[in-house]
Amino acid sequence: MSQKIKAAIIGPGNIGTDLLYKALRSEHIEPVLMIGVDPDSEGLKRAAALGLQVCAEGVNGALAQVRQLGIQIAFDATSAYAHKANCELLNPLGVTMVDLTPAAIGPFCIPPVNLDRLNPAELDNVNMVTCGGQATIPMVAAVSQVQKVSYGEIIATVSSRSVGPGTRQNIDEFTRTTASAVESVGGADQGKAIIIINPAEPPLIMRDTVHCLCADTPDQQAITQSVLTMLEKVQAYVPGYRLKNGPVFDGNKVSIYLEVEGRGDFLPHYAGNLDIMTAAGLHTAELIAQYKQG
Amino acid sequence: MNLKDKSVILHDMSLRDGMHAKRHQISLAQMVDIATGLDAAGMPLIEVTHGDGLGGASLNYGFPAHGDEEYLSAVIPKMQQAKVSALLLPGIGTVDHLRMAKDLGVSTIRVATHCTEADVSEQHIGLSAKLGLDTVGFLMMAHMVSAEKLLEQAKLMEAYGANCIYCTDSAGYMLPDEVSHKIGLLRSELGSQTEIGFHGHHNLAMGVANSLAAIEAGAKRIDGSVAGLGAGAGNTPLEVLVAVLERMGARHGIDLYKIMDVAEDLVVPMMDQPIRVDRDALTLGYAGVYSSFLLFAKRAEARHGVSARDILVELGKRGTVGGQEDMIEDLALDMANQGKLSRP
Repeated sequence: MSQKIKAAIIGPGNIGTDLLYKALRSEHIEPVLMIGVDPDSEGLKRAAALGLQVCAEGVNGALAQVRQLGIQIAFDATSAYAHKANCELLNPLGVTMVDLTPAAIGPFCIPPVNLDRLNPAELDNVNMVTCGGQATIPMVAAVSQVQKVSYGEIIATVSSRSVGPGTRQNIDEFTRTTASAVESVGGADQGKAIIIINPAEPPLIMRDTVHCLCADTPDQQAITQSVLTMLEKVQAYVPGYRLKNGPVFDGNKVSIYLEVEGRGDFLPHYAGNLDIMTAAGLHTAELIAQYKQG
Repeated sequence: MNLKDKSVILHDMSLRDGMHAKRHQISLAQMVDIATGLDAAGMPLIEVTHGDGLGGASLNYGFPAHGDEEYLSAVIPKMQQAKVSALLLPGIGTVDHLRMAKDLGVSTIRVATHCTEADVSEQHIGLSAKLGLDTVGFLMMAHMVSAEKLLEQAKLMEAYGANCIYCTDSAGYMLPDEVSHKIGLLRSELGSQTEIGFHGHHNLAMGVANSLAAIEAGAKRIDGSVAGLGAGAGNTPLEVLVAVLERMGARHGIDLYKIMDVAEDLVVPMMDQPIRVDRDALTLGYAGVYSSFLLFAKRAEARHGVSARDILVELGKRGTVGGQEDMIEDLALDMANQGKLSRP
């Protein structure tokens, strides 16, 4: 098979490290560089121990390594604010950004819904929406692929331990970005997103509810089939993605109850919300890599 | 207990928490009538919002008869002396809703989080304070943590800019000793300029007793609801609290007969069901479950044949928090599938 595409990960925190563990198993991506800002960070040490080059001086300090290593894809697991600058530095070097922050500079990507519609040749940045979006928008799309959805609403419930300070400081960004992608990617005319943080111990596994209001009477058989097909597509890269109940039909309303258990690579099993982000990011990068491999 | 000459600011919840009991279907005319009656009775502060706060309109919590903007626009211009507050739960509502409420003339924004998650409120409390609004940090389900943990979270909200912090008994689970202890610690450790508030639910019929304990321990603001109209067995019934405060010689500024009349003539006639400590509401208080789950659990019982009490007890065991209404249907389906049917 053709040579793997070399990748960098920016941000050696929990997300970046979990992504690294997953990427080390990839057939198309070879993670070779971890970029952070703190030389004492555990994440950088861990990456070095796994054989990656590391840089503790941010993206600005890593440009020579990026060129020298021939990096073509960079995962950004920092913050929306930092992402903009990182993107401006790396795009000119021909690096495609897979953005796990809520910056949303590039088009939204929910892999089983719209990855095949994004043109890898023209793509220099792709945004992974939010954890709640990755978990629920496939199901909004599963319904809207059958018939018109006039309103789509998602409720993501996540364990307190799995929500980092960045999300907490700007929780509105989650609700806005997710609602926007429920519309633009999920295909609902109007979207709404709600996030609930639960501190129970032991931590609860990520739960998601999807409600769709169809414009007409739901075709129960076709929607159920579409939901089950979509379930398999997501399970291909997130094995712990489960349909708990539904689709339940009540008038024009379709309700789908989901649970997302993480794979437990670096992050704990309950943090399915983080796992689905890293898995979707890697899945997206692998498709871009296959294009780059030719 | 001596509350003589203690000064209390009462805050009516009937048009916000009461929205839960009315499945968010209060009409504009009812809102205006009740608010006008409360205004005339001397109520200083009235909350007007979807039961789940600004932006709560949803399939998950219920679509209201009218949007927050319509309710606020209808009520605020009619007030002679009363100010109007709006509730905001980060994760449901956003700063856009907050700005809308400010533009419509609310005096007070109350930013509510679960009692361990205060740090999601920084942007909303910060903006509200910056806009010059009376800014309240509202720590829900406060029975689930120790007084020390509650204080730690209260200090976060205070640092973000809140000038008042609430200990919120969303489940109506607390008993007076616990209220005294928590309010007392908040009072002694928060800044002297920061006011302390208490929000009770009447699921164990402790609304009035807990409110008195809160006042004695240093709370300045007390939430209640005229005729108790609110989630679960309702909020602390305000006309009852006013009568008790009157007898104790506390300063509350409310005309007792006028508020009794609002309760009897306006609020009780519009109730869809009696607001009382029925079996399921009692279970909320006994098991420590978020009060607005009540009607959702009753509906799930009717739909799936699983007892509402069993659903609520299980939700309590799982440490469910406010806002997780979607768990109720999911859990009821699980229980029905497992054959836990309690009704023929």
